[in-house]
Amino acid sequence: MEEELFISGRNIPNIDPSLQVWHWPISLYLFLGGLAAGILFFAALFYLLGKDKEYPVAVKVASIIPPIALSVGLLALVYDLTHKLYTWQLYMTVRIESPMSWGAWVLLIVTPISFMWTFSYYREVYPKLEAKLQVFKRLKFLNSVEKFVIDNRKYLAIALIPLTLVLGVYTGILLSAFNARPLWNNAILGPLFLTSGLSTAAAAIILLSKTSKEKHMFGKIDLALITIELALIVHMIMGYYAGPEVQVEAMQLLVGGEFTVMFFGFVVLLGLIVPGILELLDVFKYKVPVFVPAILVLIGGIVFRFVMVEAGQLTRYLY
Amino acid sequence: MVIDTLKCVGCSDCVVACQTENDVPIGYCRDWVTESVSGTYPSLDLELKSERCNHCDNAPCVRCCPTGASHIVEGGIVLVTANECIGCGACIESCPYDARYQHPDGYIDKCTFCHHRLKKGQLPACVSVCPTKCMYFGDLDDPNSEVSQLLKSRKHKTLAPEAGTKPNVYYLT
Repeated sequence: MEEELFISGRNIPNIDPSLQVWHWPISLYLFLGGLAAGILFFAALFYLLGKDKEYPVAVKVASIIPPIALSVGLLALVYDLTHKLYTWQLYMTVRIESPMSWGAWVLLIVTPISFMWTFSYYREVYPKLEAKLQVFKRLKFLNSVEKFVIDNRKYLAIALIPLTLVLGVYTGILLSAFNARPLWNNAILGPLFLTSGLSTAAAAIILLSKTSKEKHMFGKIDLALITIELALIVHMIMGYYAGPEVQVEAMQLLVGGEFTVMFFGFVVLLGLIVPGILELLDVFKYKVPVFVPAILVLIGGIVFRFVMVEAGQLTRYLY
Repeated sequence: MVIDTLKCVGCSDCVVACQTENDVPIGYCRDWVTESVSGTYPSLDLELKSERCNHCDNAPCVRCCPTGASHIVEGGIVLVTANECIGCGACIESCPYDARYQHPDGYIDKCTFCHHRLKKGQLPACVSVCPTKCMYFGDLDDPNSEVSQLLKSRKHKTLAPEAGTKPNVYYLT
């Protein structure tokens, strides 16, 4: 038997009895950041492949999501800071060792690019809105900016490919860099969050697309990503099993512990396996309403982030 | 810092001294005392430990800090510069000892080994008040210092060495 207790009394807000330093805004941001990174990645990729006419939603229409998602995500991040007035200190230094510093700088670059990308297509996608916004026509400055972004789409796309991959991986690395939280401390979290982000992005594109060609294409892409994600989750669980005691204990929160239903029910089964099967049926030409798997994937994605952030903070080193 | 678990009686004087010296807000603490019991009745073993920030050589809080507010000063003490701290909580998440907390004013706060007292040549508040003199403070890099000598002659351990942080608070057992 081994029992340890505080005899000096210790009940620090948000620290005891278990850590609750990161709240829902962080989970929400991890979801929105991954989603935005994924959509921008597909937009840039299909643009560079010259398929913007074939897949207009992926390249043009869905690009309305990243600027909104990133703005909301950034607000959520700042909302969860406790020393908000000093937020600018993030941009006073570059800390190579700190994933959060990397993330802050990448966001500072990706967010404006996401606005530029949307801006370069708004005339095409929203002709009615454009007609209403005649006032802005008088601003020569905006016209020249628009011309600039339209002319330089190729370079924006080339920049977006690596930047969005870093952003997608960063949402996972942010957690996995903490070895004090055994549930987070595994190297597979980066690729897993990236894959999940790309998968939710494909789902969002399916929801917005109007042509069956685009729906089927992104159904197939999503199916591939779901398969990879399932494989990565299996590896993650195997990694915990083979890990030290603290990781085995951490894993028990997901396997048999209080997060089992959320993780295996909502993330693995309803968020990956069921939509995977539905999308597979769609590939074999069965009639499947494709919005169902798409919505399931999006819900699974957001639940996954909440589970990982909440459960991770319950895990710790016992000494 | 070296703490003799065999001398500690768990009076919590170190905790109160720290709170008073450092104006720690009510409900918070930079150090705390734990009691761990191991074994099976009747052969039980009780250990009392005064715990705090371990001022690690490989401090994860300093590594993950996005602004550089968490830093190691000359001599190895880990400090937080309040007006560089954005309160993101990354350092709290990264600390295997849960030694940091969010100050009600927003920034992250923790044990400083009473850096302001050390500069005046005084001992940390917790060390100076300990009624059983179970705490020792000194330079671990100096082989002739009291703390180095204690570590040479006595059995000792650190907390969660498997976390790889290279902690600098040693417990004599």
